[in-house]
Amino acid sequence: MRKLVLAAILATFTPALADDTLWQDMGGVDNLTRIANDTADNFLADDRIKATFDNTNIDRFKTLLAEQFCSVAGGPCTYTGRNMYETHKGLHLTNMDFNAVVEDLQKAMDKDGVPFATQNRFLARLAPMQHDIVTK
Amino acid sequence: MRAFLAAGFAALLIAPAAFADEAPSSMMDMFDSGKLLATGGVSSLEGAGGGGLATWALTTGYGTRDGIGLNGHATFIDLPDYELWSEGAAVGLFDRVELSYDHITFDTEKVGGLLGLGNGFKFDQDVFGAKVKVIGDAVYDQDSMLPQIAIGVQYKQTNHGAILHAVGAKSDSGTDYYLAATKLFLAQSLLVDVTVRETKANQFGILGFGGDKHNDYSTQFEGSVAYLFSRQFAVGAEYRSKPDNLGIAKEDDAWDIFAAYFLDKNVSVTAAYLDLGNIVIKDHQHGAYLSLQAGL
Repeated sequence: MRKLVLAAILATFTPALADDTLWQDMGGVDNLTRIANDTADNFLADDRIKATFDNTNIDRFKTLLAEQFCSVAGGPCTYTGRNMYETHKGLHLTNMDFNAVVEDLQKAMDKDGVPFATQNRFLARLAPMQHDIVTK
Repeated sequence: MRAFLAAGFAALLIAPAAFADEAPSSMMDMFDSGKLLATGGVSSLEGAGGGGLATWALTTGYGTRDGIGLNGHATFIDLPDYELWSEGAAVGLFDRVELSYDHITFDTEKVGGLLGLGNGFKFDQDVFGAKVKVIGDAVYDQDSMLPQIAIGVQYKQTNHGAILHAVGAKSDSGTDYYLAATKLFLAQSLLVDVTVRETKANQFGILGFGGDKHNDYSTQFEGSVAYLFSRQFAVGAEYRSKPDNLGIAKEDDAWDIFAAYFLDKNVSVTAAYLDLGNIVIKDHQHGAYLSLQAGL
């Protein structure tokens, strides 16, 4: 019994690295692309952060975001952009900016039918990027 | 342990001065409401950011590390033989330091009459709290098992010292020291808190501090587990152990099950079923807990 409880606890708290079904649970590559596009549109409509994208090629940004979402979710994609630190250094982003991005992504996932618990599995993989993105 | 906490607390209290080197463009900009919904927690019984019974390591309100957050609350507990009110306000500075004030009123209703104090006799307590985050971030650090850890103090002053002395309490004021560890297991939609508290308080301090049976600090445990059903709605359970210092009145541990609803970053409501066990001459004190929080 004790072994069983221990196994259950371990299974609950083991980092989601081996969880390669996430991209499928999020609706596959097509839906991850849709989520990336909607997230980017939300960024551009968000007064808190839209100025950050003034000099951004939005089409290329959407392509890279879709690659990244798919790759982070364990899907069959390769992210071809620069790393998070290189991409964001010099932008002086704050935690408020980072959280605005999270809220815009949550809104997109709501729209594109990702259940809340599944959203959290995805956000758990993105959250540590705060360390590289927030430099202010 | 107490000396360690006090020293660490003093050192960390002055740390936020380092963040204040850039003057904000206006004072209102400091209230950035930049944290994610529910990540400021709710208000605990003693006014600090937390759950209801347990004090958490999270800083109250929605200010980020570049801003300030505020939270006020009114909490009502209806027990079979007593009523308890708790009202207070707390400020979170730079997602690092939390300062809180709380006033607790404990209405003895008919028990007051039975004890010769008069029906509706009330005990009042002020709680002045300070909390400092030491390390970790409960939300962002999803790549590590490290929780957010904070240490804090609560200075509690209760009135009716003469009555409290008569029932065996050694003091009408006391200071609690605590260390709280809080972690959001985001992939599991689960928030977990474990807190240890050094205290002499009888019934949170409402019945004074120390007693004829036991007059030293003791180490007590409090903890919460909450499952997030949505960004706005969480359900969980809490447990809190308490000292048993008074010879005339057995004191039990407390537990609750709660539901918290976050309307937005300004308003949240917590409803709970709370069991405080025996209080003085009345056993089985369990009932409804309702708390309204407002802030930014």
